[in-house]
Amino acid sequence: MNPAVAWAVHGGQDGWVIADSIPSRPCVARMFTVNGRPTEVFVEATSTLLEVLRTELSMTGTKQGCDLGACGACTVIADGRRIVSCLALAASYERSDITTIEGLGTLDCLHPLQDAFIRHDALQCGYCTPGQILSGVAVLADNPADRAAIREAMSGNLCRCGAYPKIVAAIAELAGL
Amino acid sequence: MRGPEFTYARAVDVDNAVALVQRPGCAFMAGGTDLLQLWKAGRTSPVEVVDISHLNLDQIKQSSAGWRIGTTARLSDVAAHADIARWFPLVSESILATASGQIRNMATIGGNLLQRTRCPYFRSIGVSSDPESPGAISCNKHLPGSGCAAVHGDNRAAAVFGASNRCVATHPSDLAVSLVALEAQVEVHSSDATRRLPLRELHRLPGETPEHDTILSPGDLITGVLLPDDARRFAARSTYLKVRDRASFEFAVISVSAALDITDGVIVGARLAAGGVAPMPWRLDAVEAALVGRRPVEETFRGAAARSVDGAEPLSHNAFKIELLRRSVLRALTTIGGQQ
Repeated sequence: MNPAVAWAVHGGQDGWVIADSIPSRPCVARMFTVNGRPTEVFVEATSTLLEVLRTELSMTGTKQGCDLGACGACTVIADGRRIVSCLALAASYERSDITTIEGLGTLDCLHPLQDAFIRHDALQCGYCTPGQILSGVAVLADNPADRAAIREAMSGNLCRCGAYPKIVAAIAELAGL
Repeated sequence: MRGPEFTYARAVDVDNAVALVQRPGCAFMAGGTDLLQLWKAGRTSPVEVVDISHLNLDQIKQSSAGWRIGTTARLSDVAAHADIARWFPLVSESILATASGQIRNMATIGGNLLQRTRCPYFRSIGVSSDPESPGAISCNKHLPGSGCAAVHGDNRAAAVFGASNRCVATHPSDLAVSLVALEAQVEVHSSDATRRLPLRELHRLPGETPEHDTILSPGDLITGVLLPDDARRFAARSTYLKVRDRASFEFAVISVSAALDITDGVIVGARLAAGGVAPMPWRLDAVEAALVGRRPVEETFRGAAARSVDGAEPLSHNAFKIELLRRSVLRALTTIGGQQ
């Protein structure tokens, strides 16, 4: 344990106190880097990264779908890897560098994959789209060999509207396929 | 979705992890992908989660006896490791057939071996297996003594080997099937010693106590998996055949890990194991015995594949698995047994 890390531990009715040992209490402070910004947030031991993003940080771009890791709507990138944030215990991701849909592009300057999704009409209701795009960004970083590889790599992101062919087309365009 | 409250502790080293988990009701967590699913479904309720994912247990290294994969190595890292892919392609193949890209980035080697069954009765979300509760579903794995709803219920996915009248669930891992075929060992750390045992001896049959998936005692920690150097001889001829209800991101209905060593036109080594058919990765000894010493021709493969279903016992909805297993073994052998 790095002794320089000071943990804030919930001290019951007295509020927050600073402890210098590993906490095993329900509420602890955790440092994250979210979309490039250092962020301190109090999380419960049982909080998922998804809950922290949506509830504590009010970053609702990351969607809750099945909440069991099956649909991919909650996909974020943590330390360069795409993960499902519903199965990520927030406390375990302390000091991680998290990228959510809010961190990709701006309204004036979209991320290239956001732009490709619009041009390819790769969404209908849009609920799965943040997860699809975060997943797609990670898939592009792996240089998929062909469209079949994109389809396989994107199998962790479900789309109830069935926009799959256009989602694959948007990713394939940026992959030069 | 949430389960009961728990506290969180991050272990600083292996001894600390084992010490922390000694309290009754504590659970190790590495990737958390199965633990959190079970917790949300009300199938586990740890009082404290001991996080081992930050320990230096994720190294993949060559050692004197073979390759050692640290227990918290992520599935995606193991599958992509150049030496693993080169010398133990069965391992990489079976991992890449597992779950989704996101899950593979989180899930770990040790956790994959210890994941619990996907039996729909065991996994029923929010449904109690307490017989006193209305609408309860019986599951001896969840609540010992409550019965097994799958025996006379939806047992399409259930085991055809090794089951008991208390539990007919299968082990869901792809990786474990390949590791058993390659005669991998697991390294287990407990408070008094570190020991190695064949992976084949890790899981246990349900018998009268299906709530215990493995022989591990509370507080035992798998610290690594060892792939023997000898298994490298199968690198040229091996395949993981996974039959499933959809092409990707689905558990196996049946899977087969097959590996052959063919020298001077004779099969001198054969390793086969099956998934989706038993409560544990199921080594196909009789198939191996029917292959070794023979020429790699279709007649040999057909005869050997027929032995894969010796002793299979179907339930009401899974008899199809018997023929499917025989054919899957035949296809796997045909795939790897040809001229190179």
